[in-house]
Amino acid sequence: MGPKQDVSKFAYSVVAIVIALLVGAVLIAVSGYSVKDAYSNLFMGAFGGVYSLATTIVMSTPLLFTGLSVAFAFQCGLFNVGAEGQLYVGALTSAVVALGLGWLPPVLRVVIALLAGAGAGALLGFVPGYLKAKLGAHEVITTIMLNYVATFLTTFLVKTYFKDPGPVDQTVLLPSGSRLPELIRGTRVSLGIILGIAAVALLNHIMRRSVLGYEIRVVGENPHAAEYGGVSVSAKTVQAMMISGAVAGLAGSVEVMGTLYRFIPHFSPGYGFTGIAVAVIAGQNLWAVIPAAILFGALQSGGQTMQLFAGIPMELMTMVQGLVILFVAAPALGSLLFRLKIRAKEGGGLE
Amino acid sequence: MSEFMDIVFNINNLTATIRMAVPIALAAMGGAFSERSGVVNIGLEGMMLTGAFSGVLACQITGSPWLGVLFAIIGGGLVGAIHAVLTVGLKADHVVTGVGINILASGTTTWLMQVIWKRKGTSDLVAGLATWSVPGLRDVPVLGTILGTHSPLVYISFLLIFLGWVLMFKTPLGLRIRMTGEHPEAADTVGINVRAIRYFCVILSGCLAGLGGAYLSLAQLNWFSKDMSAGRGYMALAACIFGGWNPLKGLGASFLFSFTDAIQMRMQTSKLRIATELVQMIPYILTILILAGAVVRSRPPAALGEHYESGQTSK
Amino acid sequence: MYAIRMENITKCFGSVVANDDVSFAASPGEIHCLLGENGAGKSTLMRILFGLYRADSGSIYVNDNPVTISGPRDAISLGIGMVHQHFMLAEQLTVAENIVAGCEPQRRGLLNYEQARRDILEVSERYGLQVDPDATVEDISVGQQQRVEIIKALMRGAEVLILDEPTAVLTPPEVSELFTVMRTLSESGTTIIFITHKLKETMEISNKVTVLRDGKKVGTVNTEDATPESLVEMMVGRSLPVHDDCRMAPKEAIALELKDVSVAGRKGSRARLDGVNLDVRFGEILGIAGVDGNGQLELEEVVCGLRRPSKGKVIMSGQDLTGNDTRRIRDKGVAYIPSDRLRRGMVTSLSLSRNSVLGMHHHAHFNQRGVLQEDIIDEHAEEIIAKYDVRAESVHQPMGSLSGGNQQKMVVGRELTRPHSVVIACQPTRGLDVGAAYYIREQILDSRNKGKAVLLVSAELDEILELSDRIAVIYEGQIVDVRPTGQFTERELGLLMTGERNGV
Repeated sequence: MGPKQDVSKFAYSVVAIVIALLVGAVLIAVSGYSVKDAYSNLFMGAFGGVYSLATTIVMSTPLLFTGLSVAFAFQCGLFNVGAEGQLYVGALTSAVVALGLGWLPPVLRVVIALLAGAGAGALLGFVPGYLKAKLGAHEVITTIMLNYVATFLTTFLVKTYFKDPGPVDQTVLLPSGSRLPELIRGTRVSLGIILGIAAVALLNHIMRRSVLGYEIRVVGENPHAAEYGGVSVSAKTVQAMMISGAVAGLAGSVEVMGTLYRFIPHFSPGYGFTGIAVAVIAGQNLWAVIPAAILFGALQSGGQTMQLFAGIPMELMTMVQGLVILFVAAPALGSLLFRLKIRAKEGGGLE
Repeated sequence: MSEFMDIVFNINNLTATIRMAVPIALAAMGGAFSERSGVVNIGLEGMMLTGAFSGVLACQITGSPWLGVLFAIIGGGLVGAIHAVLTVGLKADHVVTGVGINILASGTTTWLMQVIWKRKGTSDLVAGLATWSVPGLRDVPVLGTILGTHSPLVYISFLLIFLGWVLMFKTPLGLRIRMTGEHPEAADTVGINVRAIRYFCVILSGCLAGLGGAYLSLAQLNWFSKDMSAGRGYMALAACIFGGWNPLKGLGASFLFSFTDAIQMRMQTSKLRIATELVQMIPYILTILILAGAVVRSRPPAALGEHYESGQTSK
Repeated sequence: MYAIRMENITKCFGSVVANDDVSFAASPGEIHCLLGENGAGKSTLMRILFGLYRADSGSIYVNDNPVTISGPRDAISLGIGMVHQHFMLAEQLTVAENIVAGCEPQRRGLLNYEQARRDILEVSERYGLQVDPDATVEDISVGQQQRVEIIKALMRGAEVLILDEPTAVLTPPEVSELFTVMRTLSESGTTIIFITHKLKETMEISNKVTVLRDGKKVGTVNTEDATPESLVEMMVGRSLPVHDDCRMAPKEAIALELKDVSVAGRKGSRARLDGVNLDVRFGEILGIAGVDGNGQLELEEVVCGLRRPSKGKVIMSGQDLTGNDTRRIRDKGVAYIPSDRLRRGMVTSLSLSRNSVLGMHHHAHFNQRGVLQEDIIDEHAEEIIAKYDVRAESVHQPMGSLSGGNQQKMVVGRELTRPHSVVIACQPTRGLDVGAAYYIREQILDSRNKGKAVLLVSAELDEILELSDRIAVIYEGQIVDVRPTGQFTERELGLLMTGERNGV
């Protein structure tokens, strides 16, 4: 677990992305498109100019939160596939609170709306945490099912109670005092990215230095030893899922308050799922969430350009994410393909 | 109120229950085989989706829905093979791999759909399977309405599920599978090839989930649509656990899902003024409840999710 | 002619040499003991013979023919069977299913259960190995499970039967039953290789003894020509040190008291603990003697709050702590060396440093307002390493990188440095070599001499006899007798441990 090892792991993850993009290139070519056309658009869309860079940052912002959410749950041995749903409830709650508290001074309004979004996410994280802790229901299944529930529920609520008078099912625009401040004029880069980095720093500090982090780690690594050490496995499971949910909820809040300025049903292009890829790449090191989120943000914004100018559907990026997860999950796969030397665990016990 | 009663206690619900149970029950049986051999299979969703897609594609190319079904099985089996290579061969974490497979399958099928059919939401319409009407059975009152007329895949699936049960509990291979999932080392020391058993089971689970997918795209609808499995793979896993990793009991559990699904569908088209979204939530909430109720009293195979390396290969 | 001959076998795991140029041979019908301490390389050698490991170099002959054994399948087809120390049985399957898996009798493609049952009963009768083919393995006793394992090997045509520490889990009557079976088998021509570290059993059952030490072969002798003393000399290479015991009279005050404590069993089975009454005074060691699986695990977990008793009270220094959680109980001054140290006692992926505060990380000394004090924790770990002779390079290396003995020293050190008045020491020397075991026993005695109350749970009768001031015997969840150590004979203890109350 030294920093050296972290670096080589991250390097491997980058290699995994390159392999995934190569596989993508093959598919693009087979489908009769020009690979050069596709990937030059991808690159230009991600990094080619101020506007592209800004879009990359905008796309990275929610991924920073969802990636952090999933990575944090990993530390407790939990797989939160429910960031997508938590993001939706966080987004809607923030939107409603930000709209409803118009009489408060802007800073206070924004803070409360953010906290409300985090709270809603935490609440949705509580359910699978509790079911896992008390009944042993696998969190992957429950969180996925809650994604569907959250999507339907938020859509229902917007249609029924918070609908903009216009023809589209969405809330009204947030007034400027309810928005996150712009960071770069004329772009949608908001304070959200800073908040995301701060969240990474905070959770990293909690995991490395605090009693809570230590206890979560112990539960994640060996629940039996945790019990022995007087750490309540079920309490930590619920707490970790709630923190994870809160962070994913913030992804929605920041997206609504800093980018969209309103809640629109089905607005997320799968930020919660991309967050899984981000977290898998980051592994045990929470700081690595930042470059991983930017990487996937770049793929996302580049993908849009690619779709627009080369006519290649964006879902290619979803494939790339899936491939990256598989490559990182099975390090041996990379070494099989590229003969990379990865130290296998020394096996074999004596007697 | 009477309207509501009408929705719930309607004989057509039972027909729909039978019909809609098929994809879940097939995938649940796939899950049972995979997990009985010791491999967690969260990837059923992706295998089902791939089956649904390859079925429609093959059907459009060949014009034969039956060849479509065959390719659905092959497609699902291929995804199963990927899961097997990663988890059994390369010792990747079963759950992470399963989730990765689902994301990959969702991306790949949606991308290919847009590339091939140049449309955003669905594929072209293809010639699906015609329904069968069983002579004799269809004329029996009540029972005939419920069981008499269905897609041939319904009857084939029920037969397959029964055969799967026989395979798992009455044959030497079934015993070896159960031994492998309970205690791989014990299986290894009596000369059972743990790796081969696990490969077989995981690929079989992919084939079964793929067939379930074909049922969605070639029997229920006659096209492929984006993410059309809509969480059924996860429901199947819940049904598999609720059914104690037994194909027949898994079928029983699937009826629970399909019954609420049937009511849900009927509610959407009824005069009752309940928002669609609320009604659509029902099967997902039910899955959570069933899973929460099931795990307490269920005992998974002892070595589920664990990797096994035969001692002979450790140097 | 030899039934089995292994020549110049060498096997390394990483940098550890498990078998160093070992040769071994057994004649047909012989009962051959493979004797040695924990870690001497006995199991490794036999796992090579059974095809579970591959030797780095060396050759194997069966009936004087050279063979290659690259897996258990090869071994089985050569007539070699092995009963492992940890049984290779699927608990949720039936006895019959476990026995026939891999060589199933069939009828029209289906499993022929009737045939399987008949075959099993036939073998079971021929060798006097009673089993119920239809019982589920988890429902039968450990002794019965061992019989299932032996039948499994015999039905596959084993002519050479390897038994790995078969008596460790058995009660004395079960041991003599096993020996009867072994003699019957050996008379019918089966070669038996018996792995053990127990001298008494070696002298009683074997024809020949091969002794291993530190992975090397020390020698092979005829049992008739050997004495227990000569075998010890071969096994250890030196005479055993004796604990220099300067005991004091225990104080009057009771440190730990259990009143009528019960733990319910799974539905339908008997209670795991049944009305246990015990007291441990300051300055004494109370030893719990008993065959593994008679409620010892439940006892340790109830005392330390890992499990709630269904009835009764746990009282510490006069305070009723029943139903309190582990943290609160241990903060009352309980040092706890758990029986399953790998599973319970440590987090192998975390550093020594982090492990050195497990269970006291919340103490004010180690954290300030929820933030861990890294420097103080590192220092604490350094102290343990120095004081308890832990061989480690750095406090930042992962716990899993230490050897078993050093891990246990680390656990013992951590527990004995926390503020405590009661020590719960469970199987403290299990699996350790003589040196480490001796050291840890010294620490336990030292604790007692400092006036702490010690509850010692151990399956090693010798350890109980050597350390305890008083002994309580546990059988099927009940304490069947408690007396000062001197007032038991070994024979009496043996009988009590198997539920024979009347003979005493």
